[in-house]
Amino acid sequence: MDVDAEISRTQEERRKLEEALAAGAPMAVSSVTFDTDLYGGGGADPNRFAGYDTSIPASEDDAAEDDTEAANPAPRRLAAYTGHAIAAADLPRSADDDALPKRSQRIIDREDDYRRRRLNQIISPERHDPFAAGEATPDPSVRTYADVMRDAALAKKKEDLMREIAKKKKEEEEKEKEKKAAAPEQPAATTKRRNRWDQSQDSDAAAGAKKAKTSSDWDAPDATPGIGRWDATPGRVGDATPSVRRNRWDETPTPGRMADADATPAAGGVTPGATPSGAWDATPKLPGGVTPTPGKKQRSRWDETPASMGSATPGGLGAATPAGYTPGPTPFGAENLATPTPSQIARGPMTPEQYQLMRWERDIEERNRPLTDEELDAMFPQEGYKILEPPASYQPIRTPARKLLATPTPLGTPLYAIPEENRGQQFDVPKELGGGLPLMKPEDYQYFGTLLNEEEEEQLSPEEQKERKIMKLLLKVKNGTPPQRKTALRQLTDKAREFGAGPLFNKILPLLMQPTLEDQERHLLVKVIDRVLYKLDELVRPFVHKILVVIEPLLIDEDYYARVEGREIISNLSKAAGLATMIAAMRPDIDNIDEYVRNTTARAFSVVASALGIPALLPFLKAVCQSKKSWQARHTGIKIVQQIAILMGCAVLPHLKSLVEIIEHGLSDENQKVRTITALSLAALAEAAAPYGIESFDTVLKPLWKGIRSHRGKVLAAFLKAIGFIIPLMDALYASYYTKEVMQVLIREFQSPDEEMKKIVLKVVKQCVSTEGVEADYIRNDILPDFFKHFWVRRMALDRRNYKQLVETTVEMANKVGVADIVGRVVEDLKDESEPYRRMVMETIEKVVANLGASDIDARLEELLIDGILYAFQEQTSDDANVMLNGFGAVVNALGQRVKPYLPQICGTIKWRLNNKSAKVRQQAADLISRIAIVMKQCQEEQLMGHLGVVLYEYLGEEYPEVLGSILGALKAIVNVIGMTKMTPPIKDLLPRLTPILKNRHEKVQENCIDLVGRIADRGAEFVPAREWMRICFELLEMLKAHKKGIRRATVNTFGYIAKAIGPQDVLATLLNNLKVQERQNRVCTTVAIAIVAETCSPFTVLPALMNEYRVPELNVQNGVLKSLSFLFEYIGEMGKDYIYAVTPLLEDALMDRDLVHRQTAASAVKHMALGVAGLGCEDALVHLLNYVWPNIFETSPHVINAVMEAIEGMRVALGAAVILNYCLQGLFHPARKVREVYWKIYNSLYIGAQDALVAAYPALEDDGDNIFSRPELAMFV
Amino acid sequence: MQASDRFNINSQLEHLQAKYVGTGHADLTRFEWAVNIQRDSYASYIGHYPMLAYFAIAENESIGRERYNFMQVFRQQQMHFDMALLEDV
Repeated sequence: MDVDAEISRTQEERRKLEEALAAGAPMAVSSVTFDTDLYGGGGADPNRFAGYDTSIPASEDDAAEDDTEAANPAPRRLAAYTGHAIAAADLPRSADDDALPKRSQRIIDREDDYRRRRLNQIISPERHDPFAAGEATPDPSVRTYADVMRDAALAKKKEDLMREIAKKKKEEEEKEKEKKAAAPEQPAATTKRRNRWDQSQDSDAAAGAKKAKTSSDWDAPDATPGIGRWDATPGRVGDATPSVRRNRWDETPTPGRMADADATPAAGGVTPGATPSGAWDATPKLPGGVTPTPGKKQRSRWDETPASMGSATPGGLGAATPAGYTPGPTPFGAENLATPTPSQIARGPMTPEQYQLMRWERDIEERNRPLTDEELDAMFPQEGYKILEPPASYQPIRTPARKLLATPTPLGTPLYAIPEENRGQQFDVPKELGGGLPLMKPEDYQYFGTLLNEEEEEQLSPEEQKERKIMKLLLKVKNGTPPQRKTALRQLTDKAREFGAGPLFNKILPLLMQPTLEDQERHLLVKVIDRVLYKLDELVRPFVHKILVVIEPLLIDEDYYARVEGREIISNLSKAAGLATMIAAMRPDIDNIDEYVRNTTARAFSVVASALGIPALLPFLKAVCQSKKSWQARHTGIKIVQQIAILMGCAVLPHLKSLVEIIEHGLSDENQKVRTITALSLAALAEAAAPYGIESFDTVLKPLWKGIRSHRGKVLAAFLKAIGFIIPLMDALYASYYTKEVMQVLIREFQSPDEEMKKIVLKVVKQCVSTEGVEADYIRNDILPDFFKHFWVRRMALDRRNYKQLVETTVEMANKVGVADIVGRVVEDLKDESEPYRRMVMETIEKVVANLGASDIDARLEELLIDGILYAFQEQTSDDANVMLNGFGAVVNALGQRVKPYLPQICGTIKWRLNNKSAKVRQQAADLISRIAIVMKQCQEEQLMGHLGVVLYEYLGEEYPEVLGSILGALKAIVNVIGMTKMTPPIKDLLPRLTPILKNRHEKVQENCIDLVGRIADRGAEFVPAREWMRICFELLEMLKAHKKGIRRATVNTFGYIAKAIGPQDVLATLLNNLKVQERQNRVCTTVAIAIVAETCSPFTVLPALMNEYRVPELNVQNGVLKSLSFLFEYIGEMGKDYIYAVTPLLEDALMDRDLVHRQTAASAVKHMALGVAGLGCEDALVHLLNYVWPNIFETSPHVINAVMEAIEGMRVALGAAVILNYCLQGLFHPARKVREVYWKIYNSLYIGAQDALVAAYPALEDDGDNIFSRPELAMFV
Repeated sequence: MQASDRFNINSQLEHLQAKYVGTGHADLTRFEWAVNIQRDSYASYIGHYPMLAYFAIAENESIGRERYNFMQVFRQQQMHFDMALLEDV
């Protein structure tokens, strides 16, 4: 075999091919290897493969990146924090996690970009607390208020400078463009598309040429810092304050992002700042990695502020700096010879992204690792193969990002080193933590990693030990089981002062900035802060700003409870730290360049105002709102007022005048944004104050008035809103005048294309129209025509908010001008071709008719209306909100008897639709029957109803549970209105058909079915044989398992009806047997059912059998009997007096039982009994029972002691407070504290319950020296 | 505080004490309790007009005088109470 010849031939062929490729031969792929007979000839259509990729991109981001280079990288960078989809899939979860795929719990996944900006904030270092320091000069190392303000001013100046530079640059560019446009077009062919991979081959000259042409910000020369960055975040340009995003790399490291200075999230191991711009071409982006922001020389604060985590990661990792994470110039340095393996890296703190990336990579590497020579030898036959030298041009890919985490080979030569055994090595399984600590999630390693170090605790310094302790507790709170969490939380609270504010917050706050935080975790951590705050009190002062940075984002969270929680924390914080500290902490943020910061600060301030009172904050607010330094400060100040109004509602009334005075000058501010926010704040204040406080707004009326004439656009919208909210506060006379005046502007703005303006106009129209002094005629003649012309258009139905606002406004108008006008205008539109529009019309008609009735509607309109509704109902394709159904129901019910002529047509429609193929349509038809059943009865269409009943009966075989439920509901509605006797099909046929349906497990079916069966058992039990009822009884037992309380309640009631119909014996036997089952819920429901049966059939029919059952030596049964007795006496109330003597021996026994639950249940039975027979002369039996109850007062189990205390309360009602007091007196001054405590507890509840009655029963005390204790008055006798 | 107290009114004992002055606790002295009893009694007498009327008849005083006397008991008692507190200090 001539292997060599063959090889050389192949090589020759390949060389030719490559040359051809290099020469740009079209679609060389088609001319190569594969079978032409299968894939068709290559020559026929050389462009067949156009549009296909000829190579597979090396990384996922590759393709995306090519074409989005110009697009905004900022959102993508943020999105990257969500981690790797593949890796996230097998994240270790808690053990109880079920197999169902869950929606992500993480906060970051549901946040929008604006809210994610919280992650850009830095946790500032603690500040000087002048209160604690007294007169002493602050240590220069501590940040004082002055420092912070200076920094803020600097940042602002920088920002201005940047803007200036950007402007200049832009101007220059434009100039250049103009120049270029003038010059003849240059051929662009010379500049090939930049390829990131071929950087090494590119000649410098070519690169230079490219640089001149390209406008990519990556290539922006370092000499002009900021501009590149400026361009890189175009997402913010639309922003009101086109501020430069504060680059977080420049500032204090956010511990949420980096564990320490060494771990850069840009996992590529490439440092932004240090690489020359040309090298950017060599670094592909990493999947899931973070796009590094191009570096920019900025004042570094690495040295200035210790990262809070930095101190927390002692020893262990210092030596183990993995090269992959070092932001050094190159990852392959001589100093990195001792680079550890990735597994070691895992021990050091890593960001979660890194962890996931690494695991993913390790997995891939493992499977795709290159085959060794030995393996290849084993695979291939010995003959026929030859090992070739790699071509000289071959260079293995060494770009660091490709080899993300592979062990870097020092100096590029793969030398083998004997790996040292590493016992601490961590494999995929997270390491067990000793000491009963819960499992860590991978994201937690960077915070809690040091807990894994098995160092001897004794060797640590006390500070470190404290830190460890805090970390352990926090980990338990975060990841532990509920009991663990509880004790840890309590310990943290109790020892808060011992731990100290610093160590505590340095641990807690970074956790809250963790990008992978989940709702539950955040809730727990916030709770920790809350508790700790309470304990630390004034010690928190230096940390106020730190805490605010973390908590403020909660105020704009979309979750209501998060917002409430945030408010609570800030409120507690301000109470602990005091107003001065709060203001000092937040003042610098008021004119922060970042709008996000200002927004959250304004909200936080409003919370402070509500916590410490508005008056306390007024002087400060006044100063801020008049700030001359920056419009941002004024804007924020006025915004604070707005937020106060929103937060506090009518509580602003006492301070309304001063609040308005503070902001009124903003209406004529030079800055448009300030004017807008002022108007919005006034609107908020007026809304909060409504309907009072018009006199406070007197001063702003004129400027607002002038404003709506002189302004346009956004400002006008805000001004209109303010006027719109102030008008309802006015007297009728003025309101009418102002409405007419403002209406001209509003009508003009009706045609505005601006969405925001539309919404505000609608809102204002609604406000004006609902005001008292505005007459119907005026609305009818002046507003309605234009209103309907501009707003009742199809487009309005498409946006949900517009839709809602329009419906509300129209309904408000209808309240003034009546039904006929509005309905008459829109009724034709029920036949419009756009379904959303029809739906909007229907909803309006429904609301109007439901509010005002249909008496205004004349015969003609009525005809049109029914016609339109039928059309709209039939033509609907999707109706999830049941708008059409509700509308139909509302109109038919409003018209009442006037519907009679249309009923046959309606029923025809219903019948036809009941037979429809679509389940949704059938369901709606059945639902409609239940809505109009009452009206059909009013119209005396009983025959028609009977007919519908039969039709529905035939559809009981329905297989869709939703539809079946609706059909049952419709049957129920019909049975309800026409009664059992007239029902067709007759009850005796209907009920047996329902019995099997009771087995259906679907909730809606169960609920409707049990309602119907219960109804029949209640009203028409005699139509059905007893045996059928017994059968149903057995089915009902199963229904007691239902999750929905309504179903269980209906079931239990049905037992009562059935027992009434067929006598209690059989039913009772069934129920008593059911007491033996295991399930608690089932037993509880059974006991309730027994009690109900006893109530409906008189207790004497049930009690003997029930008490007999107590003899069964089985705990569950006995408890069930006791519980039944408890419910029974609760239900029968006064009737209990005849039975109390009968059950007393049983209760005696139960109250002496060893089993706690026995005594508890018996005590609650005694309670109900005592309450029922109060005042009916059963005191002897009750005192007897009290003697059995009393010894239980020393029980400690919560439920038992509760039941016992309640029994004693019941006795107090039945026997009188004096009797119980006499029982009490013996222990109030008992030598044993435990005894006294219990007795005083009883005494207190006695005292609260019957304070006055005790006066006569108090013991007569002897005078004691000077003290006169005697109360002789009651001994007087006339 | 016991776990059981979490569910009932005793859970907020301090709050309760503030609201109902007459409630007590394990460390209440005889004196304090007696003062409470006194106050409750006289407040009750004053509060129930028929009671006042009855005492007035029994003591052959006007109802207003009776009420005044009972109020004086309050005042005296307050004096004693303050003294007792002073002695404690």
